[in-house]
Amino acid sequence: MSTADTGPGSSVMTMPAAPRRRTLPAWAIFLIGVVAVVGVLATTSYLTGKPALTSSLTMQNTVTLGVPILLAGLGGIWAERSGMINIGLEGMMVLGTWGAAWGGLHGGPWVAVLSGALFGALGGLLHAIATVTFGVNHIVSGVAINLLGMGVTKYLAVLIFEPLSQNPRDSPPIEQFETFSAQPLGDWLTDLENEQRVVISDVAGLLGGLVTRVSPMLIITILLVVGTYLVLWRSRFGLRLRSCGENPVAAESLGVNVYFHKYVAVVMSGALAGIGGAALVLGSSPSIYSEGQTANRGFIGLAAMIFGNWTPGGTLAGATLFGYADGLRLSAGPETVHALLYAAVISAGLLVIWQLWRRKWRTAMLAAVGAVVVYALYYASDELPTQFLPYTPHIITLVVLALAAQRLRPPAANGVPYRRGEGD
Amino acid sequence: MTAKLRSTLLAPTLAIAFSALLCALALLASGANPADALGVMIGHVGKGQVAVDIVNSTAIYMLAALAAAIGFQMNLLNIGIEGQYRIGALVAAIVGSALVLPPVLHWLVILVVASLAGALWALLPAILKVTRGVHEVLSTIMMNAIAFGLAAYLIRRDMFGILVGNNVSTEPIPDSGRVPGIDLGDRGTVFGLVFLAVVVAAVYGIVMKRTRFGFELKASGESPTAAAAGGVNAKKMVVVSLLVSGAVAGLVGMPEILGRDHAYTLNFAAGYGFAGIGIALLGRNHPVGIAFGSLLWAFLEKSKVALDNVGVPREIATIMQGSIVLSVVVAYEIVKRMDLAAEQRRVGRALGTAKPAEQVGGDGK
Repeated sequence: MSTADTGPGSSVMTMPAAPRRRTLPAWAIFLIGVVAVVGVLATTSYLTGKPALTSSLTMQNTVTLGVPILLAGLGGIWAERSGMINIGLEGMMVLGTWGAAWGGLHGGPWVAVLSGALFGALGGLLHAIATVTFGVNHIVSGVAINLLGMGVTKYLAVLIFEPLSQNPRDSPPIEQFETFSAQPLGDWLTDLENEQRVVISDVAGLLGGLVTRVSPMLIITILLVVGTYLVLWRSRFGLRLRSCGENPVAAESLGVNVYFHKYVAVVMSGALAGIGGAALVLGSSPSIYSEGQTANRGFIGLAAMIFGNWTPGGTLAGATLFGYADGLRLSAGPETVHALLYAAVISAGLLVIWQLWRRKWRTAMLAAVGAVVVYALYYASDELPTQFLPYTPHIITLVVLALAAQRLRPPAANGVPYRRGEGD
Repeated sequence: MTAKLRSTLLAPTLAIAFSALLCALALLASGANPADALGVMIGHVGKGQVAVDIVNSTAIYMLAALAAAIGFQMNLLNIGIEGQYRIGALVAAIVGSALVLPPVLHWLVILVVASLAGALWALLPAILKVTRGVHEVLSTIMMNAIAFGLAAYLIRRDMFGILVGNNVSTEPIPDSGRVPGIDLGDRGTVFGLVFLAVVVAAVYGIVMKRTRFGFELKASGESPTAAAAGGVNAKKMVVVSLLVSGAVAGLVGMPEILGRDHAYTLNFAAGYGFAGIGIALLGRNHPVGIAFGSLLWAFLEKSKVALDNVGVPREIATIMQGSIVLSVVVAYEIVKRMDLAAEQRRVGRALGTAKPAEQVGGDGK
């Protein structure tokens, strides 16, 4: 979604302020980021005495809950790189949850994933017909698809699932993926985690969560992340698709079939959201479709995409953040989620040092004030009220959007209506 | 003028017909008779309090749709109505129960408080939009979720909640703060605040058509660059329109709370906000269109019970609502293109008679 549509002057915000002297390669930034995050979490865990912050259980939940968000985010990348805003991801995800439960009942988990993708793709196709062919406002069509997706899903659930589960809101449980653990690595990491040594146990916990009880869903998702990168950035088709999102008229003049590429992108986007829905169904225990299961994860996926500056790697980071916030509240209590405030204080402190070093006095000041305010909040309360617990990812999304929406560059023609032959 | 009226009415008619057809097919596929279902839905209106319920719901939907329409006028999509009306209702119920005021003044103050609370809940997305460029759709969706959490927190029994029977609610609003309705005996009671919806719709219509603010709002929506060139402060308009939208949204819960429940309860109705967005699209942001859209929506909503009674899944009404919204936006687009093509042909003919044909070829784009 375009974040820079506030009118005149906004284009200035999206331009880099000055040519940077040297840029680190992406993998180095990624490594530094991982080390920084693990460091902050380990420090927080040590200082607040909340080992659950870095336990392997938390990490497993992060993966389970982050995967649907990541898949929705990938769907967002496909659509928006071709210039199509897809607010309908949520509705497509809902369709995917139903499709996955239905497919899973008939043919096991692999069929569930495929069927989820198919149902999501149908939602995507509807969005494509409305927006590409008929030129409807992308956001309006997306909102309508969210309404429709929910209605159709409820209707189908009553029709198909209620006779089986005696409950209009749930499906019967479906077969889950067999999970596997990388042994003996997993056991060794568990031992290390249980020793509760500073930093080492934290790293062991986080790694352990990644290699124990791994679901094929995670593998599928990683393949889809890599695949998205390769197709969109390393293939001729992807270049054409992205050119439709940057300047469709120029693409058209070079002979690119803009309608075709937009259709493929939006249908693919729906399919990915549908797989995200399937991941939700397969990741819940027992694995069932249940009404309201997506809980705005389609939208959070969009936020992850914006956080990740419309790139697969960045979206992965965003989805991990939101998945972690969600996973933490499941594996630990309100006091542990409360400790995240402490982690925020440490992060803000690091930011202050970094900004001072770069001689950005004003930003450093703001960060320092922020750190003090958050610390006061942390000090004044013992735990997050339980009523807010389910909404931790939403609060974090809001904070992240507020802090991150600066140096981003959305596709130039994102959300701009396009009709063949009408360019000037 | 008649041509304009025709093209305005054509799109919703097409959309409703298309959606009805779609639902009829869905019903046939599930083994039910669509004609029977429609008969039951219409017959249901005459029973008991259903007709009055529909009128009451229409008013509530109108308020929600007007809130959405204010945003739409300048291409702002305020998805946050859902959260804004919840916070508005909750704060109004808490403040209203604590105040001691003479009758009419009491509920007027409650209405103002509800509006302010709704506007306040829209303030953060507005600020984020103009200072940080955060898209209002994302921020308001997150605010909706947080509103649910905040409402659940504030209604805790150690905060403002009390136990009534086996339901938690806020302290009841005293008699002076309640808005009397029109008692129709067995037929039910029409909420007094039904007239609030009519007043808000009228004010909205006048402001949009007759005032400078309305003009600037529409201008910013249709062409931000032209509006900016004309001296309209785009950022100010974003903040003002989101706040006004939030203020109207804050009123959405009031007919029920001041007319029937007299308190915010744990099972306070949800979903009006999303319905309002659909209705605003259906009624094309026009107050009269919104009124009819709300009526249709309320009719579909209330017919769900009747459908249940004859064994048709009630969700067919939800599908109908969703497909109406999607087909209406498509239909508007098609009608717009048809009008445009007709206009181009007309201009082409007019020019063609005045000038040689080869000069007309240039406007083929």
